[in-house]
Amino acid sequence: MTSDAQATAAGCGAPAGGAPITDAGNQAVVQGRVTKAGSPVVTGYARLLNDDGEFVAEVPLGEDGGFRFFAAPGTWTLRVLAPGGIRAEQAVSAAIGQVSNLEVAV
Amino acid sequence: MSRADVLVDADWVEAHNGEPGLVLVEVDEDTSAYDKGHIRNAVKIDWKKDLQDPVRRDFVDREGFEKLLSERGISNDDTVVLYGGNNNWFAAYAYWYFKLYGHQNVKLLDGGRKKWELESRELVTEVPQRPATQYHAQEQDASLRAFRDEVVAAIGNKNLVDVRSPDEFAGRLLAPAHLPQEQAQRGGHIPSARNIPWSKAAEEDGTFKSDDELRTLYGDAGVDFSVDTIAYCRIGERSAHTWFVLRELLGQPNVKNYDGSWTEYGSLVGVPIKTGDES
Repeated sequence: MTSDAQATAAGCGAPAGGAPITDAGNQAVVQGRVTKAGSPVVTGYARLLNDDGEFVAEVPLGEDGGFRFFAAPGTWTLRVLAPGGIRAEQAVSAAIGQVSNLEVAV
Repeated sequence: MSRADVLVDADWVEAHNGEPGLVLVEVDEDTSAYDKGHIRNAVKIDWKKDLQDPVRRDFVDREGFEKLLSERGISNDDTVVLYGGNNNWFAAYAYWYFKLYGHQNVKLLDGGRKKWELESRELVTEVPQRPATQYHAQEQDASLRAFRDEVVAAIGNKNLVDVRSPDEFAGRLLAPAHLPQEQAQRGGHIPSARNIPWSKAAEEDGTFKSDDELRTLYGDAGVDFSVDTIAYCRIGERSAHTWFVLRELLGQPNVKNYDGSWTEYGSLVGVPIKTGDES
């Protein structure tokens, strides 16, 4: 657990990006990076949708184009929204103690 | 109260920005977004530092609110337009708070910061200088805020609307999925509460759905519009979003936000809790 993650736990804020987590501990981490032509997309949003396509959570992309969610075990859809009508989606599965890393090119 | 009284869109903000008597306020928990770029002339309010009591679990009191608005250069007769990240969660919370302390003319920017950003509208880093005012707040309007005993008494009697995600409602998660799952309190929901996630009231770009869609959403989920309603989430900001929908957009007369929400209820000794997907 990073100190950043702990600092935001009291609220519902959406911390942007941050250094990738390498040890998931007891969390089911879904994280990744959004790029366009190899460069990070810094203005945009990552949304996590459940199996039924229902919205679960959203974070703004970080300065490295990064995003991170603490999900429950299961399968999820990651959707990216960015200016210019850009949308992208990827399926991802999450498990406790595991970090699922995504590279999303838009 | 109608939509036009409580919501403005981005074109309206661009057309009126800078006019006397209009104050734009960005409200966020993480105010680094404001520091990196905000709508021209917008001042910032930090949800945690500015709106919460630093010691007790409560809001800043009336004097604290007066001091905050005076420092920000906001007058009693100003039109305040609030916006923020997280699909306007914290802006809706601040809206509720402005109403609690009796500010008359307050509106939300529909779609908040996200829609503004996705449309590549102008963001600046220049911080406006507004002369201090002498703001006078009213006593808290008790008709807008629910406390724990009232919530327990409402089980089976009033509409309880749990606006968290289905996984939080069922007790499978204790916090939204962008936060670590480390809270110690019990998971689940208040018995008889309907689970209508706040996100169902919003489009993907953060704007609110139409009045007809919203009425159908809550009606179909079992909200009885002839009965009083209490909305809750985890700490009261997502439910402020739903409070805004029910009271300000749909014009329901008796809607309260339970800002103690699940972090309080799920830690109370002896109260009933239901787990699973059923109300």
